[in-house]
Amino acid sequence: MSVQYKLIHCNINGKEVEKMVDVRASLTDMLRNEYRLTSVKKGCEVGECGACNVLINGEAFNSCIYLAVWAEGKKIETLEGLLSPDGSLSDVQQAFVEESAIQCGFCTPGFIMTTVEILNAKKLYTDEELRKLLSGHLCRCTGYENILRAVKKVMYRRLGKEIDF
Amino acid sequence: MYDMKALYEAQSVEDAIRLRIEHPEAQIIAGGSDVLVQMREGKRAGKELISIYMIDDMRGVSLDEEENLRIGSLTSFSHITRDPLIQKYCNVLGEAVDQVGSPQIRNIGTIGGNTCNGVTSADSASTLHAWEAIVELTGSKGVRRVPIKDFYIKAGTVDIAPDEIQTAILIPKTSYENTYGHYIKYGLRNAMEIATLGCSVNVRLSTDKKTIDRCRIAYGVAGPVPMRCPSAEAVANGAEPTKELAKKFSHAVIDDINPRDSWRASKAFRQHIAVEMAERALEKAVELAGGEMK
Repeated sequence: MSVQYKLIHCNINGKEVEKMVDVRASLTDMLRNEYRLTSVKKGCEVGECGACNVLINGEAFNSCIYLAVWAEGKKIETLEGLLSPDGSLSDVQQAFVEESAIQCGFCTPGFIMTTVEILNAKKLYTDEELRKLLSGHLCRCTGYENILRAVKKVMYRRLGKEIDF
Repeated sequence: MYDMKALYEAQSVEDAIRLRIEHPEAQIIAGGSDVLVQMREGKRAGKELISIYMIDDMRGVSLDEEENLRIGSLTSFSHITRDPLIQKYCNVLGEAVDQVGSPQIRNIGTIGGNTCNGVTSADSASTLHAWEAIVELTGSKGVRRVPIKDFYIKAGTVDIAPDEIQTAILIPKTSYENTYGHYIKYGLRNAMEIATLGCSVNVRLSTDKKTIDRCRIAYGVAGPVPMRCPSAEAVANGAEPTKELAKKFSHAVIDDINPRDSWRASKAFRQHIAVEMAERALEKAVELAGGEMK
């Protein structure tokens, strides 16, 4: 076939942007190749591991099974958007560091963006609920316990409650 | 990059119908969590796609003029679970689709895609059968409404004409009124799992809560397509909700279901858990309806 391109306009990490995109591209392809947002990892590429997870209009999506053309008019957030202009980390990122919720780091951006979505609900979840909310991500290093602790830590802190591990 | 031949994007239902007629070979893609994965795996590689994902008119839950529950086909699983109308009138559907895949899959997966796939294991399918949902299809000649049991023709095949797309799923008022249901999914793990067996039971009790006025039960993966169990329903209809009845009811499902041996589970195991799930789901449904299992 002749290659089919389309102009895609969207908001990425607070900036209005537009680029000509190959219609065969996934959102992962577009974010990595056109915008150099390499926190968006290519993992399984079939929507199982969550390494490519980004927020679209505030909800978590596996960008590997999301067509780039569907980004038209949407608000997209990646891990890069969490960093403040002076380079300091967000509370979620900092908690992942403090709780050693990272080893190789490949799953981390995906986990962190899901955590951002979870905590935006401003609710106090039980461990069981948090495990379910985090279940769309695979981590082969940490065994998940430290990730759960990091998420819980920020959840309690943001709600102004004592941490109860 | 996906190995696709061409992508046609529909911005409206009319657009989608026109594209269906212009490109008869093309595959419809809604959320894409099945189609894109199959394309990646090579099964649908090199095909043309008609994307309907951007048709926002096909999203959302509402009550129509006859107070039937109307679920737009592109409504995502997570939006169904969170919807106040679903929570009020058909909570079990929200609970059932909350067991699909993972949170991210539930944000992209649509109820239309889940049913148009025609797979027996779809988490929405047993509940939609048990609640006698109506499938709304829109085509060049207008709107057609098909009962869900007729919509499923055989494994992987549903009743959609070449010029049609599914635009909504309706749950009639007569079906949801005073009705309470429960869904049980049996899988080997909690997340990212396809049901070994899914069982959805709902009941409507008499005003004094002493009689089951209407009981409906449906399974996914108990046959090539989702199915109701008329023999079991006949046992429960008009009966008093007792533990003994639940036992009789659950054993009657064996006459109705036809599970197969697969790598996931044997036929014998599926039959075994089908009985157990029917009993538990009936007890829970009666409890939700305000009744008591004596």
